[in-house]
Amino acid sequence: MSQDSRATVVRTENVKKIYRMGKATVEALRGISLEIYAGEYLSIMGPSGSGKSTFFNMVGGLDHPSEGRVFIDEVDVAQLDAYELAWLRCRKIGYIFQTFNIIPVMTALENVMLPMTFAGLASDDARDKAAGLLDRVGLGTRLHHRPFEMSGGQQQRVAVARAMANDPAIILADEPTGNLDLKTGHEIIALLREMNQQNGVTIISATHDMKMLSVSDRVVWVRDGCVDRVELREDLNIKVGSIEGTE
Amino acid sequence: MTPVSGSVSSSDNAIQKQIVLPWSKALEIAYRSIYVRLGRSIITMSGVILAIAFMMSILANGAILRHLVALNDPQINYVLQQEGERTGTEALVDQGVKQEQVWLISLSLLVALIGIVNAMLMSVTERFREIGTMKCLGALDSFIVRLFLIESTFQGLIGAGLGVVLGLLTAATWKTIQYGCPAMNSPAVWGQLLLDGLFALAVGTIIGVAASIYPAYTAARMAPVDAMRADE
Repeated sequence: MSQDSRATVVRTENVKKIYRMGKATVEALRGISLEIYAGEYLSIMGPSGSGKSTFFNMVGGLDHPSEGRVFIDEVDVAQLDAYELAWLRCRKIGYIFQTFNIIPVMTALENVMLPMTFAGLASDDARDKAAGLLDRVGLGTRLHHRPFEMSGGQQQRVAVARAMANDPAIILADEPTGNLDLKTGHEIIALLREMNQQNGVTIISATHDMKMLSVSDRVVWVRDGCVDRVELREDLNIKVGSIEGTE
Repeated sequence: MTPVSGSVSSSDNAIQKQIVLPWSKALEIAYRSIYVRLGRSIITMSGVILAIAFMMSILANGAILRHLVALNDPQINYVLQQEGERTGTEALVDQGVKQEQVWLISLSLLVALIGIVNAMLMSVTERFREIGTMKCLGALDSFIVRLFLIESTFQGLIGAGLGVVLGLLTAATWKTIQYGCPAMNSPAVWGQLLLDGLFALAVGTIIGVAASIYPAYTAARMAPVDAMRADE
């Protein structure tokens, strides 16, 4: 399918971010315009300090640009009030963090139920749905385990289930494999890809993990606060082979 | 442009306002949070326990002394005079809580208040990522405020309850040793002690609530983007 026929789920228009540090101003983003299509698996790549994380946070409605605009589902994020932003984060976006961020006082099941509770779903329905999701990520037997009783990979699986809780349009994954070993990282990437293909959820991930390249539909390279280049998977295949060969 | 996937269709495109969760949900989560961090909560509570125990023992001592003076029993009057207490009907008028005791009670309550504020602020800092995560999952600021208010109110209430029991036991035991059974065996004195106990309980709870206002506000104000930060 050609990119043009797809709906745009996130659109940024000349997004700039300027940080003031004392008298000096640092331009973290120098005007990024990008369209992210519904159902694609997009990786934002770049070295640390490139503005990758800043851009990623803008796309997720977590940070406001100094200039330019961010549209999520054709709605200007800057126009939303606190209640609408909370609703957006709850229903439209699922977040996955590098550090897993499983709520430590809750079990796996309760963690997955939490976004549904915030969305106003009845407890019984939430419990059933959460159990189903945990089963799907391969943790069907560990519903009542707390985060400290689980490995990093298992915690990240809980996070994937939690991100899927309210059937979001987008999953934002910030370095999802950053704290995982090679094999577990592969499993999480495969899991994200599976969610992407089966549920049509758009995956946007900020990473410098080359493993991510092979599953991404598009890779956006960010350097010095600008989009350096955008690559399609078809163009990447050969390069990925060589990179994986050196691992 | 036509949407291809079911998750993005024009019908559910409109942004709505997030619903406000009932108190019961916040209560549930706050309760679990205290339960899991019980040791920590008890340390936070100990300030209230001690301050309220101190306050309660002074109130109870006063109540029991007033009762003993009112009995006007020659034998008890003798012991009272030995202890340096005034006896007789005119003594009843000013046999309440003394000025310097009020100062001491106020100071101990203030220390307890500062103790809880400090402990709650630490708890907020420690849980920055947890709070940020909750906000990413759709928690409203008001929900975060409620969470911390409830947690602190619980701590104030339970701490004050334990403090009342502790203070009452100390005062009652000590007065019984000093003056024998007549000190405690009247419904009137128990009625007064009950009132004092309820008062101390209320004071302790108010301290708990007051102490959590600033920390809860700090927690709710933080940006969800902080949850993304890995370097902590």
